[in-house]
Amino acid sequence: MAHLSPTPALEPGQDKTMILNMGPQHPSTHGVLRVLLEIDGETVVRMMPDIGFLHTGIEKTCEAKFYHQVVPLTDRIDYLCPMTNNLCYVLAVEKLLGLEIPPRAQWLRVMMNELTRINSHLVWLGTHAMDIGAMTVFLYCFREREEILRLFEAISGQRMMTSYFRIGGVALEPPLDFFDRVKKFADIFPGRVDEYEGLLTGNPIWVMRTKGVAKISAEDAIALGASGPTLRGSGVDIDLRRDMPYSGYENFKFKVPVGKEGDVFERYMLRVAELRESIGIVKQALEGMPSGPVKANAPKVVLPDREKMKTEMEALIYHFKIVTEGFAVPEGEVYQAVESPRGEMGYYVVSDGSAKPYRVHMRSACLANMQTLPKMCEGRLIADVVAAIGSIDIVLGEIDR
Amino acid sequence: MPLAPAVTDIEQLKGHPAVARLVGWNPQAVTGVKFDRDEMTIYVPREAIREACALLRDDANCPFNYLSDITCVDWYPSEPRFEVVYHLLSIPHKERVRLKVRLSGDTPALDSVTSVWPGANYFEREVFDLFGVRFNGHPYLRRLLMPENWEGHPLRKDYPVEGYR
Repeated sequence: MAHLSPTPALEPGQDKTMILNMGPQHPSTHGVLRVLLEIDGETVVRMMPDIGFLHTGIEKTCEAKFYHQVVPLTDRIDYLCPMTNNLCYVLAVEKLLGLEIPPRAQWLRVMMNELTRINSHLVWLGTHAMDIGAMTVFLYCFREREEILRLFEAISGQRMMTSYFRIGGVALEPPLDFFDRVKKFADIFPGRVDEYEGLLTGNPIWVMRTKGVAKISAEDAIALGASGPTLRGSGVDIDLRRDMPYSGYENFKFKVPVGKEGDVFERYMLRVAELRESIGIVKQALEGMPSGPVKANAPKVVLPDREKMKTEMEALIYHFKIVTEGFAVPEGEVYQAVESPRGEMGYYVVSDGSAKPYRVHMRSACLANMQTLPKMCEGRLIADVVAAIGSIDIVLGEIDR
Repeated sequence: MPLAPAVTDIEQLKGHPAVARLVGWNPQAVTGVKFDRDEMTIYVPREAIREACALLRDDANCPFNYLSDITCVDWYPSEPRFEVVYHLLSIPHKERVRLKVRLSGDTPALDSVTSVWPGANYFEREVFDLFGVRFNGHPYLRRLLMPENWEGHPLRKDYPVEGYR
């Protein structure tokens, strides 16, 4: 947080340039990003993002919680894709424990994870378009997002902070009509994507504001640590779901859209294509949904069913022990990465053999993606800065943690 | 599924491209290895980290060309106290490797890898901010998340979870 520093981070040069302070309350910075811009007229000469306004010390808090108590904290890091965070954390702990997850739970996780991706991309598309001046798209996107949030509420009881994935499986069996509702949504959604595209893709104003704007080459994107659509937009073909599969993604068929221009328009096209691929994965998950338990058979780690807890002594004892003293995790360390809507999200969990994690570190895709901003914006107009920030789909909660 | 025990014998792990490359360059550049839960960890001495990263990035057989993450673990009160952890990814080969540097508790410092990957910039600033580990040669080593005038480094283990009151 450079705002408390005695000297400004950037010094204006020889009366030609001035420093413009954008944010942290600027609506187009998607939260509390502050950007220091050195400008010459309307041209950006230098740019420096400044973060830390939303720092809540989640990594430190994790060290004082039991392993299962960390799951709700992970929701709050990236509030647009809570289930992706849940998934990454529980996969890391399950890897530490060496726990096998039943297929139905894996399928449910994949399905919910893809719905989360759609949810996140819809918020991105709506706000990104609004930043650039297309108001209507926002209303369209939030119409479908509302439907997804209702699905989340049905399955987990919460619209946003779901905490639905648990160590060893998922929290509950979905309600009876849940799959029918998902199916209904999956059937109408591709038509809705056509509507968004009808508003934007061929729109001359949209194209002028995005084509050729905020370009970044593949070499620069790799060197700066960009990932997800920001990296694929520059032509680097990597998607962790396909290349390093986790949670049963190897059983699903989907295409990974890759661009080549590396501009705002390319990243927009990629994410729209991802919307279509994601709904395809949801449909596959619905069709192939295996039956069976949704939790692993590991009584020392997974909370027992309420029914059993009230009728069996042993289940009650396990429940009491897990809630009051957690469960010990064998010593070791694990880095688990998943493909979040923004790129490579990684959890590095270190265990010292006790019931509380010794260290939990989140690799934030946004933090790395944000480092590409100066490269994208320097030499361009201030209005392009807004387009560039939107195009990397920035979420400050994830950056500051 | 019982966990397989970790392999720490360097002779057994020489087949791994990253270990082979580093040992081939300088046998002193690898002070230890660990293969645990399908993840490869290589311990690198403090002086060698920048060159080790540059070598792995430009390796012709299996280039670890992408820096995923830099973080740190504090093992207070044991010594060496800090472990700086680098996660590298090979985009062409879809392989991961973890490099670790052990640092003593008094004035922990090591070379910055920003000259190898410019993207290390904010990761190193975060580690400096939260652990107080200095990175020599970093272009702009200042606090990232905490206010400039903050005292102490919150993620150190001797820093209370509730903060100082």
